[in-house]
Amino acid sequence: MTDLEAVWRAESGRVLATLIRLLGDFDRAEEALHDAFLAASEQWPKTGAPANPRAWLVSAGRFKAIDRIRRRARFGEIAREIAATEEEAWMPEDAEPIADDALRLIFTCCHPEIPADARIALTLREVAGLTTEEIAAAFLARTPAIAQRIVRGKNRIRELALPYEVPGSEQLAERLDAVLHVIYLIFNEGYSASHGEAAIRGELCAEAIRLCRQLVDLRPEPDALGLLALLLLQDARRAARVGPSGDIVLLAEQDRSLWDRAQIAEGTALVRRAFAHQPVAAYTIEAAIAAVHCAAGSANETDWTEIAALYDLLLRADPSPVVELNRAVAIAMRDGPEAGLRLIEALLERGELGRFRYAHSARADLLRRLGRSAEARAAYEAALQFTEQEAERRFIEGRIRGLAN
Amino acid sequence: MRYLCMVHMGPDTFSSLDEAGQRQLDRDSMAYDRELEAAGHFIAAEALQGPESGVMVKVRNGEISTTDGPFSETKEYLGGFILIEARDMNEAIRIAAGIPLAKLGAIEVRPLYSIPDPERP
Repeated sequence: MTDLEAVWRAESGRVLATLIRLLGDFDRAEEALHDAFLAASEQWPKTGAPANPRAWLVSAGRFKAIDRIRRRARFGEIAREIAATEEEAWMPEDAEPIADDALRLIFTCCHPEIPADARIALTLREVAGLTTEEIAAAFLARTPAIAQRIVRGKNRIRELALPYEVPGSEQLAERLDAVLHVIYLIFNEGYSASHGEAAIRGELCAEAIRLCRQLVDLRPEPDALGLLALLLLQDARRAARVGPSGDIVLLAEQDRSLWDRAQIAEGTALVRRAFAHQPVAAYTIEAAIAAVHCAAGSANETDWTEIAALYDLLLRADPSPVVELNRAVAIAMRDGPEAGLRLIEALLERGELGRFRYAHSARADLLRRLGRSAEARAAYEAALQFTEQEAERRFIEGRIRGLAN
Repeated sequence: MRYLCMVHMGPDTFSSLDEAGQRQLDRDSMAYDRELEAAGHFIAAEALQGPESGVMVKVRNGEISTTDGPFSETKEYLGGFILIEARDMNEAIRIAAGIPLAKLGAIEVRPLYSIPDPERP
């Protein structure tokens, strides 16, 4: 049974995608998917799992769907003739699952016409195979709220008759951006949970990486490679990011022996591959920055000149106050706290980051390093005001206590 | 997970149908139960007689008191239920949407609650 659960996680999205193409309807396809797994749970223990479970499940699902239509026709819900024509239409030659089906499903679930919050829930459920309840738990939301988002998302697909297709090359870049953004948001929700008790919800990170890997397998676009690299490199430091009591450990203080070396090697190789394509995507530059951090044997060995240069590049590719803030921190590391502090204070004066906790805590940190304790304390307190996440609150409170004298 | 699909009906949910329509609804409903059975979703299903056939029972200070029907001021009433097994809430919603009476009344879908063992703190 656990085997079948693993098959579900690995294959349900792809089988569903092919069934949607064959049956032309989300709900019918889901019904057929369920039937196919039910058949597998009855048959596989007796006969052993088939060599190609995906093809087996698609064919079982299609057969069950036809069977269901026949039964409904018998009970008069659908006229016999309709059933007969549909049945013919459902027997296409190319019933084999093809890789493009999965890609279509991702593009459909992340379609710009679907509300942003529904895109995330739909992708996690339909592509990644998570249950409504699991998604709700991961986002600390109520199950009925997530369930309704998914229903609304599917209604939207139906109303607008959104095509199940991989967009043509003229639209691909923009549509791919939407898909990558959804994957990025899923990862971030797991990595730096914005609220709640646990600092990291690892299963969301793992799910985002799995989705991104799937996307890269199907279509190795440079931006997708860059995002996968970024996720792998961030995730590689996960074990070191939280201390035994659930507290946050800053990059500089992390036990680097806890970093996942294999994942860092994979991520770094991907950055190189993605960097070869012009123009270099923002995700790729962020991944390159993460790779520089990961390459340093200790915090003191970090190549801040390289990191500051990459932030200059990132600021051109994807200008935002948050990138400016990170660049200021890198410059503080390269040229000393005063240089960074000047940049951060100028940035705060512009007002956009006034409610952003990291802007205040970064400023506080530089003030602390300059020995300006009273100002540092006030800045940490400003950061606390905008922090709802428990582990982060404890971290900042610890910093304030450390200032004592 | 198990979900209870409660079929809520209004006063004219049934009377809006002629006799042939009512028979067809019954046929469709029974057929849907069989379909859920075949798909492994079905646990139990029953229809209820009208609210006028019921009695409310309470015990207060050791004394049994009874009143008519459930809530006389509300027009909606519970007409029946289907208890199902589904993978998650959205599958339960899809199954509830297939209940023939969903087109006439409304189906409330609620996950079952497993009561934690009161002997274990």
